Amino acid sequence: MTEPKVKDNDVVVPGEELASGMGYLPGQGTYRDGDKIRANRLGLVHIDGRAIKLVPLAGRYLPKSGDVIIGKVRDVTYSGWIIDTNSAYRAMLSLKDATNAYIRKGADLTKFYSFGDYVVVKIFNVTSQNLIDLSMKGPGLRKLEQGRVITVDPSKVPRIIGKEGSMVSMIKTQTNCRITVGQNGVIWISGEPKNEIMAEGVIRKIEREAHVPGLTDKIKKELEKTNKGEQ
Amino acid sequence: MTYSKRLDGRGFEDIREMEAKVGVVKNADGSAMFRMGKTIAYAAVYGPKDLYPKFLQDPERGILRVNYNMMPFSGMGDRVRPGPSRRSREIGMVSKNALLPVINLTDFKNAVVDVFIELPQTDAGTRCAGICAASLALADAGITMRDLVASVSIGKIGDKLVVDLTYDEEAIKDMDVADIPVAVIPSTGEISLLQMDGIISKEEITEAIEMAKRACVKINKVQVDALKKKFEVKKNE
Repeated sequence: MTEPKVKDNDVVVPGEELASGMGYLPGQGTYRDGDKIRANRLGLVHIDGRAIKLVPLAGRYLPKSGDVIIGKVRDVTYSGWIIDTNSAYRAMLSLKDATNAYIRKGADLTKFYSFGDYVVVKIFNVTSQNLIDLSMKGPGLRKLEQGRVITVDPSKVPRIIGKEGSMVSMIKTQTNCRITVGQNGVIWISGEPKNEIMAEGVIRKIEREAHVPGLTDKIKKELEKTNKGEQ
Repeated sequence: MTYSKRLDGRGFEDIREMEAKVGVVKNADGSAMFRMGKTIAYAAVYGPKDLYPKFLQDPERGILRVNYNMMPFSGMGDRVRPGPSRRSREIGMVSKNALLPVINLTDFKNAVVDVFIELPQTDAGTRCAGICAASLALADAGITMRDLVASVSIGKIGDKLVVDLTYDEEAIKDMDVADIPVAVIPSTGEISLLQMDGIISKEEITEAIEMAKRACVKINKVQVDALKKKFEVKKNE
């Protein structure tokens, strides 16, 4: 088996040769071209045994089944709500997936979720045509009240959450804010206005420096420093 | 009459000095600048986003729209009439066709990706610089594409084949000038744009395409370096 042409965590560009020979398998974000494996998009290399895959570095959100996202109510229909997902496609939250409560036929649905409301929802089905079905039955799925909503680059979301949520829980404790991160790059922050601004600043910094190794420790130090400075 | 020495002193196979930068338009999903000598092209990419009016939507594949525009002050002194023209529509169309073969359209069915190519300064070879910039911007926007696209124009001046014409060379009066813009997909050597303005023999056009392929390898290197540079700076911090 020949060595691949790239190392773990290398930045690769579309068309770049990642490996040659049949020893490796093309994973997500790569394709096979004859006996070569090439990159299909801009991304970071991740070699997992014999498979080479790419972690995307940029791009709009593409809906995926199982993702928890924050959406905005865009329209109210006869049997549910149309939700804006911060992607090219709109989603449908139907009445039976939204609540267990009994809603009389012909009731005014805006009383539950009205235009412009932000909701935390889970995607439970995406068709090949990118029709999205949403559900609000699950822990943490709710309508968002108060606080502020910011939008970040969706490809930076895994970095903002961190390993097993280490980054976001650190920001929560340090800034004393409640934070919900949607996989679609929409983030809800709620707390004291001053703290909200601090949390937003930190998230913007992570978004900018998503490729710096050891970012969690660096951010933690900075937050502790600003917290001490205030006291 | 033979063309023995180029007007700007370059070798016959030399491309003008190139410069590429990625991420120049912060509001866009992806953007890039590509400069070839005095020709500067900016490209901004928005999308995939939903497409209206709805009858334009295609349920089987996404749609790519390319808009090409020369700014009013971009020419050689004469004001370029602003707004769409027959010429800019044609170049937008050929640029779109040059980029389409590399893009995975099934990724964004029913949706659209918009590419805007703007030229603040021109000195011939605008569609080539535009295509180079647009392919960088598309990659920066995270669109799935199997390769970048590199493009250059090959010219025939008198009986000599030359790479990357300038405006002065295009305008030579006492010799016959042919201008052939070519776009190449570097990994396979496929041609995705081939136009011609002038007269040329069969043998010469084959040679011209080979010259374009060699030049595009150099252009591709500049493109790859520019894309990687955007992330390198952050690594060294």
